[in-house]
Amino acid sequence: MSDATWTVVRLTVELAALSTLLLLLLGTPLAWWLARTRSVFKPLVASLVAMPLVLPPTVLGFYLLLLMGPHGPVGQFTQWLGLGRLPFTFSGLVVASVIYSMPFVVQPLQQAFEAIPERMLEAAATLRAGPLDRFFTVALPLARPGLVTASVLGFAHTVGEFGVVLMIGGNIPGETRVLSVALFEHVEAAEFDQAHRLAAGMVVFALLVLVTLYVANRPPRDDQATFR
Amino acid sequence: MIAARLRLQRRDFTLDVDLQLPGQGVTALFGPSGCGKTTLLRALAGLERAAGRVALGNAVWQDDAQRRFTPPHQRPLGYVIQEAALFPHLSVQANLDYGRKRAGAQQGRGDSAPAQAFALDAVVALLGIGALMDRRPATLSGGERQRVAIARALATAPRLLLMDEPLAALDAPRKAEILPYLERLHRALALPIVYVTHAMDEVARLADHLVLLEAGRVRAAGPLAELLARPDLPLARQDDAGVVLSARVDSHDRAYGLTRVAFDGGALWVGETGAAPGDTVRARVLARDVSVARQPPLESSVLNVLPVVLETLQADHSTALLRLRLGPPAQDGAVPTWLLARITRRSAEALALQPGDALFAQVKGVALM
Repeated sequence: MSDATWTVVRLTVELAALSTLLLLLLGTPLAWWLARTRSVFKPLVASLVAMPLVLPPTVLGFYLLLLMGPHGPVGQFTQWLGLGRLPFTFSGLVVASVIYSMPFVVQPLQQAFEAIPERMLEAAATLRAGPLDRFFTVALPLARPGLVTASVLGFAHTVGEFGVVLMIGGNIPGETRVLSVALFEHVEAAEFDQAHRLAAGMVVFALLVLVTLYVANRPPRDDQATFR
Repeated sequence: MIAARLRLQRRDFTLDVDLQLPGQGVTALFGPSGCGKTTLLRALAGLERAAGRVALGNAVWQDDAQRRFTPPHQRPLGYVIQEAALFPHLSVQANLDYGRKRAGAQQGRGDSAPAQAFALDAVVALLGIGALMDRRPATLSGGERQRVAIARALATAPRLLLMDEPLAALDAPRKAEILPYLERLHRALALPIVYVTHAMDEVARLADHLVLLEAGRVRAAGPLAELLARPDLPLARQDDAGVVLSARVDSHDRAYGLTRVAFDGGALWVGETGAAPGDTVRARVLARDVSVARQPPLESSVLNVLPVVLETLQADHSTALLRLRLGPPAQDGAVPTWLLARITRRSAEALALQPGDALFAQVKGVALM
């Protein structure tokens, strides 16, 4: 693997890993809220989270670019904080990825939380567990399959994104030149050997991801179920 | 003493109760589906937010007048429901430890009155789950699961145990498997239990105190024996209407396979039981198994004939329900022992039965439990 290719792969994995971590940190409380709330705002929040599923990535990227640009409110804020501008930086890509992949993390988590019977949480309450305690010791463990699905989908979806990256990140080597963009460039330049290497790598990666997902989410084997 | 004054508006009914429940023994909340017994239990636990006041002894758990509401996880209670609700991701041992550790930590902070300390070992032995400790809930039978759930609730050393139809999800054999454990619990622990059920046989076996609920309101509340013997309550119109006598084993007649049990106002012969003389037992006598005669029957196959006094007679179109007093009239507020008898109205009129008549009750069936 050439140095340039290696840089591209490393950057892609870094972006996906960091985005997934942030997605889980932000998406888990959001999914918990969506799963439990009776608020009138629930449909609105759920719709906002789901927007990236239906919007063309370029639309999302366009508005993020405007928001984060020098004259956008987010851009003004980041400059005021002394962080500079986000577009065409790795940080900008992370922010965009988190927004773009949010539904892939929130929705499986929300479904997993909704599937937890209320009586489990009430049982925990009558066993002296407070709200946070119940969340960490009962809700999260019981939502494990949802967590695994959310992490894998969040990671894989970030690796595979293209339109948003192009709009927000551009194609700066070592900063924003991730796998999908590099692949596009190779094809543009008729470098089919390099393109093949990246594309085949992606196919194998996707397959591995999905196999891992299905293995991890198999129902647990009951070791004690057989009589000894 | 448990004091609860609770009001909760629901779409289909309004719960509106004002109850003083004894601080010991088993209190059964009894009534048809939808009468509000589960809602009442949940409100006692704080799982349901009703308006009013709840106190256990000196500890006030809820008092809207003082804007006080202790959330369920800070109330020293145990709660057992129909479906067990064991944590599927934890072993039996870890399920038991879940509440025990947290309750221990709460007490360590000294924020609750000293609870009765049940050694976990004793609870495990009492419920016979010692061999299940490493198992996962998914591998347990329904009866085992329910026993673990009860042990898990007791492991928090609660000051009050709330049980919501703990046997309703079990088939008859599983139910028969658990009932003895509940009886042992009742005898071994000085812990007040509030027990929701719509099964009369569970009430007859377990309850000391009965609260009859009807459409969200208390129809009657009092000691079990008193309420079961009241002909004015809907209980008396059910097919399995009858009284429960608190008796002690008197002697055995091994030659005939019989046991004599005695109670205030008389004694009965029953099928031989394993209980030793002096043990207390409960004898259930159904109204349909009791008939009356003016003269002591001379040549009869009925073993149990007791002199009684007819107190009240309530007749409908075809049947008459008699309340019979055993022994002398009660003095100083003491409660006499009663039997109920259901006979035909035709017989009642043929015998010209009047309150105050001295009669002989023939008891054809007694169930010991």
